[in-house]
Amino acid sequence: MTKILDEPRYVCALGALQTVEAIYKAIPVVHAGPGCTAKVSIGGRSGYLGTQTVPCTNVGETEVVFGGEEKLHDVIENSLKVMDGDIFIVLSGCTTEIVGDDIDNVVGTFKDSEKPVLSVPTAGFKGTNIEGHEWVVDAIIDQYLSKRYFGEKIKGLVNIWGPVPSYDPHWVGNFRELENLIRELGLTPNCIFGEYRGIDNINLVPRAKYNLLVAPWVGLGNVKNLKEKFGTPYLHYPTLPIGAHETSLFLRTVGKEFNVDSNLVEELITRKEKEYYYYIERSCSFFFENRASSKMFSTVASADYALSLSRFFVNDMGLVPSKQYITEGVPEEHYDRIRQYFKEFNYEIEAEVVFSNDGYQIHQQIENDDYAGTPLILGSIYEKKLASKLNGTFLCVSTPYAERVVIHSSYVGYHGGLKLLEDLYTSVFQKFN
Amino acid sequence: MGINLKNSEVPIRENRLGSIVAYSGSIKEFGKQGGCSGCDEKKRCFSQSSACNNGCAIGQLFSIYDAAIVEHSPAGCASIAMASYLNDLLVTALGKKPRENSGFTCSDMGESDTVFGAIDNLKDVIIETYNRYKPKAIFVASSCVSGVIGEDLESIVEDLKDIIPVPIAPVHCEGFKTQIWASGFDAAFHAILKYIVKPAEKKTNKVNVLNFAGGTSWNSRADVLRLFKVMDVEPTFILNSATVEELQHLSEARATISTCGALSTYFGNGLEQEFGVPFVRSLQPHGVIGYEDWALKLAKILDKEKEVTEFLAEEKKIYQPQIDEFAKKLKGKRAMIAMGPSYSHNYARILEEFGMQIEHVTSWHMDDKYDDGSMPDALKYIIENSKQDYKFSVNELQNYEFVNILKRVNPDIFVTRHPAGMIVWSMKLGIPAYNVRDEYTAFGYKGTLRFVKALYYTITNRSFTDSISKHVKMPYNEWWYQQPAETFFVDN
Amino acid sequence: MKINLKNNEVAVRENRLGSITAYNGSIKDFAEKSGCAGCGDKKRCFSQSSMCNNMCAIGQLFSIYDAAIVQHGPSGCAAIAMGAFMNDLLVKAVGKKPKEHSAYTCTDMQESDTVFGAIENLKDVIVETYNRYKPKAIFVAASCVSGVIGEDMESVIDDLKDIVPVPIAPVHCEGFKTQIWASGFDAAFHAVLKYIVKPAQKKTNKVNVINFAGGTSWNSRADVTRLLAVMGVEPTFLLSTSTIEELEHLSEAVATVSTCGTLSSYLGNGLEQEFGVPFIRSLQPHGIKGYEDWALKLAKELGKEEEVKAYLAEERRIYLPQIEEFTKKLKGKRAMIAMGPSYSQNYARILQEFGMVVEHVTSWHMDDLYDDGTVPHALQYQMDNAENDYTFSVNDLQNYEFVNILKKLNPDVFITRHPAGMIVWSMKLGIPAYNVRDEYTSFGYVGTLRFAKALYYTVTNKSFTDNLAKHVKLPYNEWWYHQPADAFFVD
Repeated sequence: MTKILDEPRYVCALGALQTVEAIYKAIPVVHAGPGCTAKVSIGGRSGYLGTQTVPCTNVGETEVVFGGEEKLHDVIENSLKVMDGDIFIVLSGCTTEIVGDDIDNVVGTFKDSEKPVLSVPTAGFKGTNIEGHEWVVDAIIDQYLSKRYFGEKIKGLVNIWGPVPSYDPHWVGNFRELENLIRELGLTPNCIFGEYRGIDNINLVPRAKYNLLVAPWVGLGNVKNLKEKFGTPYLHYPTLPIGAHETSLFLRTVGKEFNVDSNLVEELITRKEKEYYYYIERSCSFFFENRASSKMFSTVASADYALSLSRFFVNDMGLVPSKQYITEGVPEEHYDRIRQYFKEFNYEIEAEVVFSNDGYQIHQQIENDDYAGTPLILGSIYEKKLASKLNGTFLCVSTPYAERVVIHSSYVGYHGGLKLLEDLYTSVFQKFN
Repeated sequence: MGINLKNSEVPIRENRLGSIVAYSGSIKEFGKQGGCSGCDEKKRCFSQSSACNNGCAIGQLFSIYDAAIVEHSPAGCASIAMASYLNDLLVTALGKKPRENSGFTCSDMGESDTVFGAIDNLKDVIIETYNRYKPKAIFVASSCVSGVIGEDLESIVEDLKDIIPVPIAPVHCEGFKTQIWASGFDAAFHAILKYIVKPAEKKTNKVNVLNFAGGTSWNSRADVLRLFKVMDVEPTFILNSATVEELQHLSEARATISTCGALSTYFGNGLEQEFGVPFVRSLQPHGVIGYEDWALKLAKILDKEKEVTEFLAEEKKIYQPQIDEFAKKLKGKRAMIAMGPSYSHNYARILEEFGMQIEHVTSWHMDDKYDDGSMPDALKYIIENSKQDYKFSVNELQNYEFVNILKRVNPDIFVTRHPAGMIVWSMKLGIPAYNVRDEYTAFGYKGTLRFVKALYYTITNRSFTDSISKHVKMPYNEWWYQQPAETFFVDN
Repeated sequence: MKINLKNNEVAVRENRLGSITAYNGSIKDFAEKSGCAGCGDKKRCFSQSSMCNNMCAIGQLFSIYDAAIVQHGPSGCAAIAMGAFMNDLLVKAVGKKPKEHSAYTCTDMQESDTVFGAIENLKDVIVETYNRYKPKAIFVAASCVSGVIGEDMESVIDDLKDIVPVPIAPVHCEGFKTQIWASGFDAAFHAVLKYIVKPAQKKTNKVNVINFAGGTSWNSRADVTRLLAVMGVEPTFLLSTSTIEELEHLSEAVATVSTCGTLSSYLGNGLEQEFGVPFIRSLQPHGIKGYEDWALKLAKELGKEEEVKAYLAEERRIYLPQIEEFTKKLKGKRAMIAMGPSYSQNYARILQEFGMVVEHVTSWHMDDLYDDGTVPHALQYQMDNAENDYTFSVNDLQNYEFVNILKKLNPDVFITRHPAGMIVWSMKLGIPAYNVRDEYTSFGYVGTLRFAKALYYTVTNKSFTDNLAKHVKLPYNEWWYHQPADAFFVD
């Protein structure tokens, strides 16, 4: 069978450099070609670091012919001098792995340096950026956290894992909202990604009482690893909680699992739902009274958004799922479990799941399906023209993402559900003006 | 009563068509009494806000592509001008360029105008509107205020005829004159028939399709075109996005047909009586029975019965089994309907096609007879063919009444159409609801399939309805639900 | 060195044009040593990520309206396919219908492919890409991986010639082969010249305009078209939104011009050498001097000097007084520039026209000689005419180097162009910056006026820069700012 990547929805494992950049003052050191960093920087945003500030060996003909270990050594050594960082993570690319550079050996020479230096093999041909994300977190656990003792467990401290930085267009806001929800339960959230979350947060990871993974599959290896290394129990909650139904379920589940007083949980839920429905009541005439309102929908997205949005639109909004397309190259071992998640909607509603990264074929299937009226398509920017061709409604939710500028907004939580509705119905509304 | 274009205004529906806005009984009872004329007309001693004929008339005329509207009124009457962007969608869909400006102005009457009159300012506004936008026609709409102080709109037609080289058409839609907003359709169409439409010079292969927003509806345009192609004719969708020139030539069409009896009575009959364009009298094209009746009656006029019969058979073969598959799941489900007088009975028929049990129908008003003296076709069909005798009421958007009924009936589904926001009240009660926002929702076999699916899914996934009903409260006291819905009816 | 279309690939700039990526000195020093050749190239023992020739080559070819791209590489190499929507903007601006799909595919090479090769899958992908999108040509791009494992790209042409009825053009842009991303322009244009352009059958009244994104730029399309109309000719903007058919006929144009010397060297000279299309050698059309030189040299080629002179005089009368009003206010302001090798020298000239003090220029690389053996014109102009001996450096996007320089110089304004996000680093230091994102920013008198105004306003309202600088920290240790910018140069 032809292996064709047509209209890519992910990049290669080196894309994990965005995971490193998401940790404040973590410095990726890229041992790859001169264009790799720029290419895999999806969205190309800069923060403390930017594409052009990432130390890189810019591997050329010399390194291909004679090996790049010496160059790598120089660049790491000088990175430690030039770059103001707290942890340095070497990411290798295709050429250096094919020519057989002994990267571990080079990195090993920095084991006594003041700042930790780790390495992750992220050759492009080895996997996707989503898998690469998991490998980076494992490297931090195995090569840094496991090497010394960071202190006793702290009561109520919960590590939060799930969104893949930059690949999830709302990752910063999503992490922050997850933190807020945990905080509302009276627990203490700890997250290593986003807003000034850095080495101090990494150092707290082994001291947490619980790990919370909010994703259908990415990160499962990490929380298992953490359990093995530090004996920390984990809760795997597969769905990003969007809107009232899921968020209340999330709070109840987390509360029960992490021993929060159920009265506190129920009081919190009552208060939040009351607020949520004030806004829903004010707006719902628009949701269902519009010419473009839809009854059926498809997601064409990474598994986390496909699942979370499906649950929101079925369990909160009363819509019915057509096929759900999961596009980020999920490893086959997770297929059955993910399919099961799509069989657990209200009223015994189920959705058919299609694992495919081939937009061309996905679009053909969508065109042949009937949506009982206006199709609602939640996808990447590739689906925009398709939706327009079908006179459907479109919201961009997945990479490649190019519909709206995300600064700090999130679809997580009660407010996140309202934000999602604002975005969706803004696009519906704009069809009329 | 014949249509008389010599008159400056058309009488309101209460007087012209014997229409009513209050009734409570059953459909068989209503039929037995011979419709509205057999019922006593009622008023109400408690009422909620409805809609006016001015909004309805201007809503129609405003969508003409190259006309201007001058509203002779205070600012609030012209608020509909704020939504001019709504027209752009259709205009764009048709490949036309959206207008830079809406061409909708208002004389912005102040207190002194109510004392001294404002005809001179109105003339200035008309001239200024013409100079700014160069419309192909100007519709001058009256308002409650202009009506109460007795402004003479006809005088300006004369006064300005040498200054403004396009038709100026007064539209008599003073809100206080009627409780039935559909009277505004008639006022608008009277202005078009009287001032715009010209005698035919030739016959074309066009069919006038009187509808609300043909083209914005999901796929409707394609579906209508496909059917018409079989008959070798082309639709002129009116009024939306039509040009004044197109309207001038409506007289040259082979026939007039409509999606709504309440909308089309004056215009369809007027075009037939004054310009000899045959008006197709049929069920409206909703659901299988309605669509077939509509298509075949038009085919008959165009002498294309054989072609259409074949086309329908072919389509039916494809879609009917799919429709049946979903209808099977809806069989016996209990429904309540609240819509305009034509759509409500058309949709009652569709739900019966699906084997559903109709518990109650509410119509926003009811016409006794249309302008040709015939009983509304969809109503007549129900009276003659329905095996069920369900509760029937007439109320002009009286929310408290149909909420009272809805709560008592507690159906599996509530089906309504407009105005925007209607279904919310049902969902707040915990009753799933479907909004037939798109006038072509159940057009043809394909539309019927879409609709039956949508209904089934609405009943199946009650999540939103469940959640919202748990978290919100209706604005009525518990006392009200214990009273009969017609508690506040009083004799005229 | 002559251009040779018989070769499968064009040599990288380091070897072909004597280009360099590391220099630190001054413009006079650079001139005295007679440019790159005299200075020699350096390497670095610390570096930051740059860009590659593959990106540059595909970036160009991807914007052809009806071609397909097949990337023979792992998924990350095809990441720019995610930016397909950006082509649509330009496509719509020129009145064409955006493509439903980008027709940019990739062989998604896996670990086993690096061992066993993947030419068979490449052929399948080419055939599938053709069947899906029916492109008018297919460009097959090499990657580091395909290069290192030695895939024979030329073999697919023969193997598929009976199956795929459109040109299949291998593009040799393996990232490790060059430090200079502009080598990718040459790789792309080599493929266009070798596989697409046909010999002329007639002459048209078209002028080839080699540019980056002509038409998305603010008003540029109208401005270029207006000038060319005076000469009775029409522009063909390359490569953005052009069709394969248009490219086939490039040989029939009356001349080739460009907005960028770096971009156009290979294609402009190639079209002249192989197809006899005169290549206009002038300053680039930025600022007053550049625009006039560009317009008049083209006019001379077309025999329209009188018409163009009259046109320019009329425009000067309108715009020069307005430009002067703003340059008066900019006089003496100190500036640093960091841009590509052609733009940086062109913009230094513009700032000099404004009476500003150019303190420093950084070029992302520097070519010794273009393909016709000439010194880059904008550089030559600076070496001959620069009033002050500003410091000059060459670095391939080495952020730490120019930030080091910037902080020491602390100019009134920092002017840069790309890649996106460059100006942020200056603003974080508290130095106002202007991004010449649009290649036609100061095209002609109208553009120069726009630019003078924009610069003046940038220098005037420093609010955003002030606020940002107060709240963020650059990712460098204080130590670094005390080192010379070329601290990590090695021979």
